[in-house]
Amino acid sequence: MLKEDCASDLKVHLAKSLPLPSNVTRPRIDLIVFVVNLHSKYSLRNVEESLHHVDAAFFLGKVGFLATGAGRESHCSVHRNTVAKLAHTYRSPLLFCDLEVEGFRATMAQRLVRMLQICAGHVPGVSALNLLSLLRSSENPSLEDL
Amino acid sequence: TMDSCDTPESTPRQSASSRLKDYFIGAAPLQKRLESVRRQTSFVPTPPRRKIPQCSQLQEDVDPQKVAFLLHKQWTLYSLTPLYKFSYTNLKEYSKLLSAFIAAEKQKGRAVEVGEDFDIKVIFSALLGMKGTQRDPEAFLVQILSKSQLPSENREGKVLWTGWFCCIFGDSLLETVSEDFTCLPLFLANGAETNTALIGTWFQKTFDCYFSPLAINAYNLSWMAAMWTACKMDHYMATTEFLWSVPCSPQSLDISYAVHPEDAKALWDSVHTTPGEVTQEEVDLFMDCLYSHFHRHFKIHLSATRLVRVSTSVASAHTDGKIKILCHKYLIGVLAYLTELAIFQIE
Repeated sequence: MLKEDCASDLKVHLAKSLPLPSNVTRPRIDLIVFVVNLHSKYSLRNVEESLHHVDAAFFLGKVGFLATGAGRESHCSVHRNTVAKLAHTYRSPLLFCDLEVEGFRATMAQRLVRMLQICAGHVPGVSALNLLSLLRSSENPSLEDL
Repeated sequence: TMDSCDTPESTPRQSASSRLKDYFIGAAPLQKRLESVRRQTSFVPTPPRRKIPQCSQLQEDVDPQKVAFLLHKQWTLYSLTPLYKFSYTNLKEYSKLLSAFIAAEKQKGRAVEVGEDFDIKVIFSALLGMKGTQRDPEAFLVQILSKSQLPSENREGKVLWTGWFCCIFGDSLLETVSEDFTCLPLFLANGAETNTALIGTWFQKTFDCYFSPLAINAYNLSWMAAMWTACKMDHYMATTEFLWSVPCSPQSLDISYAVHPEDAKALWDSVHTTPGEVTQEEVDLFMDCLYSHFHRHFKIHLSATRLVRVSTSVASAHTDGKIKILCHKYLIGVLAYLTELAIFQIE
């Protein structure tokens, strides 16, 4: 993500779990991406625990889930629907990306930077909430279509 | 699995026999239910539920002696696409054709394992009763036997290789194919890999089908562990064992965890709430208890590693697609889950 061209100062903070230590001052957080490794149940549990420490305001478009490892079905111990359900419960978008693959990583980084720009308010006319409803409507068919 | 346009709209709820209902909740397998739910409403992923294997009535019709040779053997699993223009009346014919094929390959120097100094014989036979519902096609068996050289001996030779084809509760696949096709999505092989490859080649050429190795991921192994632990047993003949693989360099580390089968059953009973069924929550809870117990003692998070093998008194399964069935009572139950995985892989 840091390789992407960005007008402003992009900072990425990696953490194994939340909450982050409170004794450090850090810049405003614009986007939280929870990475779930479908090969590891531990990863899922960790994310589930961490979610409890996130302020409710973030769930208005500033949270996303990224599931990795779906490409190697034989190594999966978490069903993709489990993650989908989690994302659905938190009304946040779910992206799939095999982070182990260089090409996919680069594409996903681009995507995340775009999302981040919107969440940080750097894209005029589009807010985090707009983006969220756009992403949601493409997933769920509206009831009138049935 | 890809969403295919050919998937039928309706689940077989109305047309399902009671036998099918015995296995699936709502008489619809997991993947189909998810698809139908996806179509009906906004996407709310539903957790799977499966019935605990029971002693099915069809099972009782199967002569335990006839299937005894299927137990206590390690089988390598494959999924198989439907066979085109396969006929049960031609089994003798197929035996001859396959024998000839193997002999020809031997001439070309390809069938090295079969043995240089004795002839072989191929036998196709039907495996009666090896099905979930009446709709399931008959299972059949292929065996390679060594033929005795001495003309005076009429005895059958040693079995060199065994492979069998079956379909247990395969309704979701059966509905999608025309009558020219025979659906036997689960293939199990025991014996030299070269023989499996040979037989596979002949089948693929003759019936325009395709074999694919069937791996079992950690998610499904956890389900199997829970389901087989849930089975009622009069007595246990094996410890309940789990094997995890920890990726680390230079070689991966294996962690083995053995539990007394009665303790495993007691643990299962403590998490089990829905009678006759196994739910995702129960599977997760069952496994989580094992993980936290292990963590308490060894400070290792097994949930961060990869489950590669589960072993119970009912059956044992390895992630590479190897299975050993130990209990005749639950043979159909075990095969039903494997059939489901095979169908999932084909679709």
